[in-house]
Amino acid sequence: MKAILGQKLGMTQIFDDEARAISVTVVKAGPVRVVQVKTIERDGYNAIQISFGEMKPGKANKPEAGHYAKAGVAPGTHLVEVKVEDPSEYQVGQEIKVAEVFKPGTRADVSGVSKGKGFSGVMKRHNFKGLPASHGTQKKHRAPGSIGACATPARVFKGMRMAGRMGGEKVTTLSLEVVGVDEERGLLLLGGSVPGPKGSIVLVREAVKARG
Amino acid sequence: MNDLQAVESAHVRDDIPEFRAGDNVKVNVRVMEGGRERIQAFEGMVIARNGTGTRASFTVRKLSFGVGVERVFPVHAPIIKSIEVLRRGDVRRSKLYFLRDRVGRSARIKELRD
Repeated sequence: MKAILGQKLGMTQIFDDEARAISVTVVKAGPVRVVQVKTIERDGYNAIQISFGEMKPGKANKPEAGHYAKAGVAPGTHLVEVKVEDPSEYQVGQEIKVAEVFKPGTRADVSGVSKGKGFSGVMKRHNFKGLPASHGTQKKHRAPGSIGACATPARVFKGMRMAGRMGGEKVTTLSLEVVGVDEERGLLLLGGSVPGPKGSIVLVREAVKARG
Repeated sequence: MNDLQAVESAHVRDDIPEFRAGDNVKVNVRVMEGGRERIQAFEGMVIARNGTGTRASFTVRKLSFGVGVERVFPVHAPIIKSIEVLRRGDVRRSKLYFLRDRVGRSARIKELRD
């Protein structure tokens, strides 16, 4: 599986060949450095560890500094592991640029940490319908309604969908079109929206559903 | 220029004349009809400009057989062949939505004199 780390820069609009306006999210993707290559013989599975960003000198703690020193690459701010089919394609210390991973017209899955929404009610958090706007409803327009029966079971079941903290969790958007790749600036243009605020780190992977 | 503006700059047209709310314009629009392209003009007064970069748009209002018609165009859309500024208006606000409630003499805009 091909993958790259990037920073979400924001959204804009461009025009395609057929003069249609398309919304795109611009991601500054890569370059990432291969820090470790895991093989099925040694580690039980095939994967690569890639690092993105540059850590300030002296900021790396001893385990991190040692891990990066072993690979001979500069310490990065983000480190992720991605499963690959053939680890022999990668060498430790190799730098991967966005144009090597994605081509325009292909599809990609994007994972990021969604924007925090704070303590949210059930209509926003779980898409409940709420109660009627009229016909005698009082002060309960956005309420969840019943959350269970009475003396049996005499408790509320675990996992009952209620109000609470929303957002700030890992979200993956599937099969976004790769609209463009700017090799020079290392930019990736993805059709549609991507989880998270501007400036957040996103993992862009080859689309799971478009493979094979 | 940041990276986001760099992406937009490739799609921003530089052949669009300067115009603002209150101006009368003629927008030449490319229309595809059965595989053949033809130019359709939409002539009226600009009552609003919105947005920046590639997302910029403007609203043109005209009276067609006594009925007000408004059309919103993206400024940098490839379907716009050209924009001709016919008359400059002397207005003191950026959005002329009050014109929607007016007809005839009260809907006139003074011409800008240099």
